[in-house]
Amino acid sequence: MRKEGDREKIFTRRALMLGGGQLALFGVLASRMYYLQVIESDQYKMLADENRINLRLLPPLRGRIIDRFGAELANNERNYRVVLIPEQTEDVERTLARLSELIPIPIHERRRILRNSKRMRSFVPISVTENLTWEQFSRINVASPDLPGIQPDVGEKRFYPYGEAFAHVVGYVAPVSEEELTNDPVLQLPGFRIGKSGIEKTRDLELRGSAGNSRVEVNAYGRVIRELARRDGQIGRDVRLTIDAKLQHFAIEQFGDESGACVVMDIHGGEVLALVSNPAFEPNAFNIGLSRNEWQSLVNNPRKPLTNKAIGGQYPPGSTFKMVVAQAALEAGAIGFDHTVFCPGHMTLGDRRFHCWKRGGHGKMSLNSAIMQSCDVFFFDIAKRVGVDPIAAMARRFGFGEVLGLEIGGEKAGLIPTKDWKLAVTGVAWQKGETLNTGIGQGFVSATPLQMCVMAARLGGGGKAVVPRLIKDAEAVAAKGTTTGVGADSGFASLGMSEPALRAIRDAMHAVSNTPRGTAYRSRIKDQEFALAGKTGTSQVRRITKADRLSGKYKNKDKPREERDHAIFVAYAPSHAPRYAISVVVEHGGSGSKAAAPIARDVLLYAQRRNPLAARPNDDIAVLTTKSAGG
Amino acid sequence: MATQEGSLHSGFAFRPVELTFGQKIWSINWALLLIILVIAAIGFLTLYSTAGGTSDTWVLRQLIRFGIGIVAMFVVASIDLRLWYRFAYAGYLGALGLLGVVEVLGTVEMGAQRWVDVGVFNLQPSEIMKLALVLALARYFHGRTEEEVGLIRWLFTPLLMIAVPVALVLRQPDLGTAILIVLGSLAILFLAGVRIWKFAFAGVAAAGALPLIWGYLHDYQKIRVLTFFDPERDPLGAGYHIIQSKIALGSGGLIGKGFMQGTQSHLNFLPEKHTDFIFTVFAEEFGLFGGLTLLLLYALVIATGFIIALRARNQFGRLLGLGVTVTFFIYAFINIAMVMGLIPVVGVPLPLISYGGTAMVTILAGFGLLMNVHIHREVRIPRRPGSVET
Repeated sequence: MRKEGDREKIFTRRALMLGGGQLALFGVLASRMYYLQVIESDQYKMLADENRINLRLLPPLRGRIIDRFGAELANNERNYRVVLIPEQTEDVERTLARLSELIPIPIHERRRILRNSKRMRSFVPISVTENLTWEQFSRINVASPDLPGIQPDVGEKRFYPYGEAFAHVVGYVAPVSEEELTNDPVLQLPGFRIGKSGIEKTRDLELRGSAGNSRVEVNAYGRVIRELARRDGQIGRDVRLTIDAKLQHFAIEQFGDESGACVVMDIHGGEVLALVSNPAFEPNAFNIGLSRNEWQSLVNNPRKPLTNKAIGGQYPPGSTFKMVVAQAALEAGAIGFDHTVFCPGHMTLGDRRFHCWKRGGHGKMSLNSAIMQSCDVFFFDIAKRVGVDPIAAMARRFGFGEVLGLEIGGEKAGLIPTKDWKLAVTGVAWQKGETLNTGIGQGFVSATPLQMCVMAARLGGGGKAVVPRLIKDAEAVAAKGTTTGVGADSGFASLGMSEPALRAIRDAMHAVSNTPRGTAYRSRIKDQEFALAGKTGTSQVRRITKADRLSGKYKNKDKPREERDHAIFVAYAPSHAPRYAISVVVEHGGSGSKAAAPIARDVLLYAQRRNPLAARPNDDIAVLTTKSAGG
Repeated sequence: MATQEGSLHSGFAFRPVELTFGQKIWSINWALLLIILVIAAIGFLTLYSTAGGTSDTWVLRQLIRFGIGIVAMFVVASIDLRLWYRFAYAGYLGALGLLGVVEVLGTVEMGAQRWVDVGVFNLQPSEIMKLALVLALARYFHGRTEEEVGLIRWLFTPLLMIAVPVALVLRQPDLGTAILIVLGSLAILFLAGVRIWKFAFAGVAAAGALPLIWGYLHDYQKIRVLTFFDPERDPLGAGYHIIQSKIALGSGGLIGKGFMQGTQSHLNFLPEKHTDFIFTVFAEEFGLFGGLTLLLLYALVIATGFIIALRARNQFGRLLGLGVTVTFFIYAFINIAMVMGLIPVVGVPLPLISYGGTAMVTILAGFGLLMNVHIHREVRIPRRPGSVET
């Protein structure tokens, strides 16, 4: 019995030890529970919410781009599409077969859908087809009870109703690239598009709006259980341009197959009414995505449809530069108003001979007749008298040699040479002959069509520092009242140019297109109310060599297209109270008077009759055609 | 000593030693039964919530198993303790035979051979072995004197009795059950009076053998151990279970998210939520208060088990009672410690709550043995068959 008692005692002692140990272990569990559920609880609550709550972005509707009268240059089109949710149908194949009775589904598409329906989780929608017509879409909607798993859906896609016409102004959108990613989360949405050029790019933030979001509860497999909260986003703001779609359209028509550029501006407000670069590209194709071949043919096209020639094309301004030279010479006092030069058809400087475009010469030329008939020798003479640097300074006052800050990218500065510039760039001192070339807008001088138009606007506006703009600022319009009304004064500062000199040059420009001997007389506007004052220009693409002259084969019609001269015309109208300024460049078009002036004439007449600067423009000028306008 | 003992038990001197079946049923430990019912009820509620508010998925089947288990408990409790004593070795050999059959016939489930299909339900011999080994070891040490227990040569037999089934279970492979068997058996050796220095020596030896054991572990077991030490090393793979379980527990906070409101479990972030990780589901919905309440209920079961064992008048009953109780404790501790990230993930269910038939029936049958010890606490069993000594 003693042994049994000892055994029991040992058992009891050991049992108490074991019980104590177990109690301690349960204490460990309890403190661990306290640690997890009280001390670390907040962190785990956050993690649990991160697990279950997904933030889904709701992409904002992109703002429209409209012209000055509200015509939509870029809008959003409904994208009718159909998705398939595999878990809602028992037989994906049969559903697809039924659907293909309503809309065509290519066999390879059907295979892709079947493959995806097996690979992906059964509640994930699979895109079946997009860009359906309304008719197809409604047919599917009607039949939807017989199409289990098929869900009609309406998305949004960017659309450019005018296609090519505004491609260079409005630009285009395309999927976001790696470098464009910012901390705006909406950019990471699949299929989201961002502005890649033009206004779409420069005003992208405004147009984009801000994304809304939807907080949804999801389970561990990502299936949405319910929506917890929703915050609607801010749709993108509309951007209103100064462009008049009808005027732009008219201008494009005048170009036909020619490549070139045309800029029309309001002289008082600086508003760009038309900005044409021909040929252009189809921006809607960029939205969908180009094939390699389509892209290659755009890039390799010698007419450069991807370049916005109106602001990015740089051409020697040719004779249109003569107003700058004249103003410089008059203001510097290098010549008087009564200055005359005898033109024998050429001018000799050292051992070089500088030819006038008219082989036989113009005879005795005054400032007025030299501009009217575009005599080169007169301008060789006065350029030599005033020197290149004062010409360059005057050119800058007219807006040449620097970017003007239009609200789209791709603007080029052109080039206005000075003595210092040449020495710095080439290391060779300025030659006197180069001054003569500069005097007729050739040689180193280059300018964009926009700059040429600004020059015309500054001349026509009486020496005011007109600055072009493309965006019609709603607030600015409200503050200034009827800025756009005819006769409203511009807020532009004066450039401080000599008034009598400007008047003399403007008289000469009037003569260019209103006197029978003027170079653009054939492109005059007969109705004196709308009469234009302008200047022709021909910019040499290839220097005429001595050999060319001897052979006589330097006429444009004898040369291959790419060696022909660019035709240029700048003008403003009406001549008596200038309101519209224009520049036209026809690449390899030959002479300015033949190729560019008629286009400028038609566009200016159209613009004045339509009067896009009025609150209610005249829409009823469809009868006006090129032929009835000319006369 | 003898007089002292006589006076101690004088109060029970007139108590009839032989009880009728009805008397036996009436004399079970009602407090223990009540706690078991409360814990089981918590289990059913949690399963109901885990299934998303339906009884069809798990609760009804679990209720049937619980019913079977309770019947088993009463049957086990009412069979005379001396019969259990007599057939302890035979039962052990039978269980060992079944384990061997698993090696031959066992169907493969969840990558491990653990089940024998006996027609109605799947039989898990390793579960039977847990109880059979406790019975066999209790009988063995019942027959040993204090001096014998102190001698190493008397330890070879029980160690072999432990080692053979553990080896078979490990081959299946079922690490969780093997650990349960080893720890439960060691507790019986400890209670029987095996010298403490021997445990210390075995502990050191085991630590030395760890690298060897590591080599024998299956890849998934190695991953479990590695991820225990660093769950973040593979947050979507093997570490996912531990991380999600801790998130669920922690986000439950002080009072929990409310019944049926556990986001981690209802949105399926939690794996194995109705079996091994059911404690997490419960503690996510009822918070620290719920978790501590359940822990307290388990502690009450264990305390009752200790009281029953300490009051038993025979060494067999004492060892059997505490053997069962300690096994129950190990179940609860390993499971809860595992889901809280204190120990590596091993497949041990939460007793009385996790969904699963065999574990439920085994545990309730174990409580039947405990009840049996309680009912037969006054029974005396000779140390050796035929011996006059009581």
